[in-house]
Amino acid sequence: MGNRITTTLEALRQQGRKALVTYIVNGDPVPQATLVTMHAMVDAGVDIIELGVPFSDPMAEGPVIALGHERALANKTSLRSTLALVKQFRETNSTTPVVLMGYANPVERMGYAAFATQAQAAGVDGLLTVDLPPEEAEELNAELKAVGIENIFLLAPTTTDARASHIVSLAGGFLYYVSLKGVTGAGHLDVGSVATKLGHLRQLTSLPICVGFGIKDAESAKAIAASADGAVVGSLLVGRMGQLAGESAETIAAAVVELIKPIRAGLDELSG
Amino acid sequence: MSEVKQSAAVDYSQFPDARGHFGQYGGRFVSETLMPALDELEQMYNRLKDDPDFQQEFDRDLAHYVGRPSPLYYAERWSERLGGARIYLKREDLNHTGAHKVNNTIGQALLAKYSGKTRIIAETGAGQHGVASATVAARLGLKCEVYMGAEDVKRQSLNVYRMKLLGATVHAVESGSKTLKDAMNEAMRDWVTNVDDTFYIIGTVAGPHPYPQLVRDFQCVIGREAREQCLQQTGRLPDALVACVGGGSNAIGLFHPFLTDESVQIYGVEAGGYGVETGKHAAPLNDGIPGVLHGNRTYLMEDEDGQIIETHSVSAGLDYPGVGPEHAWLKDIGRANYVAINDDEAMEAFRTLTRVEGIMPALESSHALAYAAKLAPTMDKDQIIIVNLSGRGDKDILTVAAIDGIEV
Ligand SMILES: Cc1ncc(COP(=O)(O)O)c(C=O)c1O
Repeated sequence: MGNRITTTLEALRQQGRKALVTYIVNGDPVPQATLVTMHAMVDAGVDIIELGVPFSDPMAEGPVIALGHERALANKTSLRSTLALVKQFRETNSTTPVVLMGYANPVERMGYAAFATQAQAAGVDGLLTVDLPPEEAEELNAELKAVGIENIFLLAPTTTDARASHIVSLAGGFLYYVSLKGVTGAGHLDVGSVATKLGHLRQLTSLPICVGFGIKDAESAKAIAASADGAVVGSLLVGRMGQLAGESAETIAAAVVELIKPIRAGLDELSG
Repeated sequence: MSEVKQSAAVDYSQFPDARGHFGQYGGRFVSETLMPALDELEQMYNRLKDDPDFQQEFDRDLAHYVGRPSPLYYAERWSERLGGARIYLKREDLNHTGAHKVNNTIGQALLAKYSGKTRIIAETGAGQHGVASATVAARLGLKCEVYMGAEDVKRQSLNVYRMKLLGATVHAVESGSKTLKDAMNEAMRDWVTNVDDTFYIIGTVAGPHPYPQLVRDFQCVIGREAREQCLQQTGRLPDALVACVGGGSNAIGLFHPFLTDESVQIYGVEAGGYGVETGKHAAPLNDGIPGVLHGNRTYLMEDEDGQIIETHSVSAGLDYPGVGPEHAWLKDIGRANYVAINDDEAMEAFRTLTRVEGIMPALESSHALAYAAKLAPTMDKDQIIIVNLSGRGDKDILTVAAIDGIEV
């Protein structure tokens, strides 16, 4: 079976559509909300799910997602419980790609080989480790490759051409372009400079490029996706979910869907 | 005293390797946005570290601004009481701003100046590194923002006010355990946001490469002086070195120039908190396992899911779940021994040194003193221990008074 990420992005490319990628943290704000929200997001037109694996020290996150990690940890969420959740998701969804997004230490603790085997068995398609740049990722790359899981690398506004060439040579699935210098949820998105940088990156790679950090509504998603293959939305959803910590899983999922709908519609206006 | 397991073949000057690794430790585990900034810093440092003008400027500042060399003082009365080895104190407490931290901030401030960046950020635990950073920023006319855990802001309030007087902005960090590790997370978030104009002065030998290397190099002045002073005063090398280990900068500064002196035993003292067996401590080399945090691979205090756990130490400067990667490596190859001293033992050493020698040590340094007090009686009277007295205890007076139930 080919990797779901590649299959999905290739199908979108053929349809001339943009990918909507959404990020939520497993176990946030309550453990039972995650699975329900994942299925609801798929029904609302989400193409790829990035599932945050909470970490005690989420250095790249802004305050909104950092709080999501804190809530998830208070609910005893772990890398192991996240793999179990993906397995559950796969019981009724065999097509939507799931990318785990988190930090190196929980994966280190489990062991690279053990992680790769268990993640593959659970139905994980990709791994994005924020603090594992290509220089330190060789060993993990080899383990992931052996089981057909894509290692999703970040590119940033500060990435030099030399680094970018090296990174794209290792990358699979898609490239995640960090739209701004800053943490997740930051407010200083510059659409023009993203477009310029993406134009540049396109000369180095034919891999799809999704853009995240700082996308907070249909308008910004549309503006960014005009030059990208997909838009990643995270803080917007995690912030809303955090407000609903006392509500039922269904209420939380419905609120997420309300936020996603206009963004999906906005992206689809770019189709063609 | 015959347990040195050093393999004679190790060439310590070759570490870290080109990618910042000390064996399996160290490295550069940060998000992509920061990688180019670290490459730049590394290139600049490699250019400047062998530049005689840069070295001269550094040495001049250490001599005339910091007040180096710091004395190596024979604590005769204390040694006699303990009834064993002669204990010499390397008096980093007499440096300008009151601790070894300033050696490093002087060096990194020079790097900041050469880099053309206009803004300095720092993380701090006890506040000594924050004060030292605010100090060099004031002197260079640079803007300075310091991140400090809200818990530490409370227990080191004197240093918070010192930083403010020096013109720095202090951010109390409310996330996580509200101590040094959370301050470091927040400083990293600031840096990734303001990487174009900001120089991040890391206060210890941790963080992504090249920080563990350059902080070590700046702190090695401690060990170089101590070695020379010991030879001058006693005609021989010491038998043992003792230093406290938070991130490990004062310790590596003392240890590194002695690594090839095989007869010298090396002891790093971690914070045992309520006791290593209680789990409430800050002693990753005694009771941790290797993992990745704050840009490097090293020993960490973490749970079975790889989450970093909360630490405890009476001393804010040692209250950190990780440790510099070079110490992790020195432990594994057996060149240095890492032991732990509990809160109450450190408090006792604080009181003893104050009364017996008229020197009030920082609570961090008191951990090293407490271990030396255990070690000295097991050694002969003609043997020598050098203890790194990394800082003065004025900043800790409110903590000590609170333990005594006194309101100052
Ligand atoms: C006086 C003093 N000693 C030691 C330390 C611990 O740091 P390190 O292990 O990097 O020397 C601190 C940190 O704040 C300190 O202020």
